[in-house]
Amino acid sequence: MTTNMTTLGRRRPALAEVTRRLARNNVWTLGLLGFLVVLLAFTKLVNSYYSLDSLASTATSVLPLALAAVAQAIAVISGGIDLSISSQMALTSCVAATMMASYPGDGTAVAIVIGVLLLGLVLGAINGALVVVTKVPDIIVTLSTYFVWAGFALLVRPAPGGAAAPWLKDLVIGSLGIDVLPKAAVLLVVIVAVIWIPLSRSRLGLSLYAIGSNRLAAFRSGVPVNRTKFLSYAITGLVAAVAGLSLTASTGIGTPVPEPTYVLISIGAVVLGGVSMAGGVGGVFGPVVAVVVLQLIRDDMTFMHVDPNFGLVAQGFILIGVLMAGSFVQMRRSRS
Amino acid sequence: MTATTDPARDRAWLRPATWRNLFRDRPLLPLSMLLVLLVISVELARPGTVSANWAAFTVRQAAVLAILGACQTLTMLTGGIDLSVGYVASMAGFVTATFVHQPGGWVLGIAVALGAAALAGLINGIGSGIFRVHPLIMTLGMGLIVLGFSNVWQLQNVQTGSGVPAELRWLGTGLSFDVIPNDLLVFVPVTVLLIVLLKRTGYGRMLYAVGDNPVAARLSGVRSWQVVVVLYVISALLAAVAGLVQSGLSNTASVTLVTPYMLPSVAAAVIGGTSILGGRGGYSGTIVGALILTVLAGFLSIILPEPWRQIVFGSIVVLVAAAYTRVTAES
Repeated sequence: MTTNMTTLGRRRPALAEVTRRLARNNVWTLGLLGFLVVLLAFTKLVNSYYSLDSLASTATSVLPLALAAVAQAIAVISGGIDLSISSQMALTSCVAATMMASYPGDGTAVAIVIGVLLLGLVLGAINGALVVVTKVPDIIVTLSTYFVWAGFALLVRPAPGGAAAPWLKDLVIGSLGIDVLPKAAVLLVVIVAVIWIPLSRSRLGLSLYAIGSNRLAAFRSGVPVNRTKFLSYAITGLVAAVAGLSLTASTGIGTPVPEPTYVLISIGAVVLGGVSMAGGVGGVFGPVVAVVVLQLIRDDMTFMHVDPNFGLVAQGFILIGVLMAGSFVQMRRSRS
Repeated sequence: MTATTDPARDRAWLRPATWRNLFRDRPLLPLSMLLVLLVISVELARPGTVSANWAAFTVRQAAVLAILGACQTLTMLTGGIDLSVGYVASMAGFVTATFVHQPGGWVLGIAVALGAAALAGLINGIGSGIFRVHPLIMTLGMGLIVLGFSNVWQLQNVQTGSGVPAELRWLGTGLSFDVIPNDLLVFVPVTVLLIVLLKRTGYGRMLYAVGDNPVAARLSGVRSWQVVVVLYVISALLAAVAGLVQSGLSNTASVTLVTPYMLPSVAAAVIGGTSILGGRGGYSGTIVGALILTVLAGFLSIILPEPWRQIVFGSIVVLVAAAYTRVTAES
């Protein structure tokens, strides 16, 4: 909760203090990161063939979902929820794949990427405008636009197909340098850093947390509540478009049908990553780590020759278990 | 409402506020008008479509959606939502189908399916009632678990084979006296029970109370966690019933058979005037909402290709919800 409040301070604190404060404020994310390391070691243990190459392919396959979780985190932090992220991804991915198939060439591909990002911004802005203008609960608005975007995706591409520019594929598949760093992981960190760090340190970022944690208090402190809400959905749409592009890049095609588990897992990862569903609490790094953890657990179960469907069951139970434990701890704390 | 009974303003019916109050207090009226308008549009779009058969077909489809809508209505009254209904319903139909060639037959199948559904509902209830996990997340997670187990069950039963029992097919597709769909045998009792539950029992009052003001409800002695736990069990059982009817109706059993109805079921409740924020709404509106959505889907499939159907569907849901919010705004 206090992560962002600290940016209000004018005094420049010592490095040691900053580190301590960062650690204290990100206990949950750091714990999750620790768990991820243990999980990676465990993966190596159950599957001795798991190499840096496999790590790269894990990173590639998890990239779209991780970006979806980032998008969802931004919506949830500002007190909303976006059920339409997966169909925004389908639509932007289909537009990108179709355009890139029709107009090949590296230069045009850059223009297409920029156009698709703008499209994402517009889709998100429509969600935001509907929420602000109609005053219908976010969940109903985004539920409805889920259908609308999915319909448009089907209009763009009646069947899966299209193409991705070679450089776009090259961005997410494989490893960097001497096969140490998976490109997708580096890209993910870069994208999140470019979008999130300036945002969370800006006035807008602070306003997002403010309207998420207490709308009325934010309004009375002079935060333009409606404009902030609108912008939060626009940014969510932008990140969803990045996720859609990564989907095109990693699969090489556009698929018009939204992946049904994306909504679910993005919300689950957001909560698992330390963002409160009530809004105003958390960041985007936790959810990203949570997505990787959820994916690795499923992969590990496959390596251990467990029926992959039990992986789904395990993901569900982990999600519910963590949530119950989390809210139980919170209840105990608020009672004492 | 007060304006209409005020003799001093005999032209009160001309003022928009009167209409707004009417819509707020009697949402069934405008909804029924919308339904009639839609039926007329269907007839105009393709003359000769509207017939007794068409009505039976529509009612049959809408019954499943309305039962699922009941799950959403009840949970939304307490400020919750149940997004596991699609998976629970599909699971119920599928599990029953796998028991057809087993000793015990479909009766045992239905018993197992209802038991499994009740268990899923119980976990939903414990999570959202006792541990206070947000129902949206709780039920979504439970949906994943149910889907996972259904898939496992599917693999286990690949050899034994499955089939929708003839009794369910009769229930889903049969017509009594050539016009009355047999699934009304399930739907009508469910509806009566639910409306009595909401309007005439203490439990129904408690649902409204918990949703309207949880703190006030607690202070007046309502054990809200018990209310919520029972609620989600009821919701899961209703979902299972809907799944059984749907598997009979479509004569298929698949682990994702009913999932396409999940989001429309929320839409049916919202169109029917139940507030997702809790404390306001009722089941009769949801039934009309389900009928509207079914007729609308049929109408759109006559005049539009699939992609446009989804686009128009989504737009209409958000428009109706917006109209409601505007009309019922307290200001």
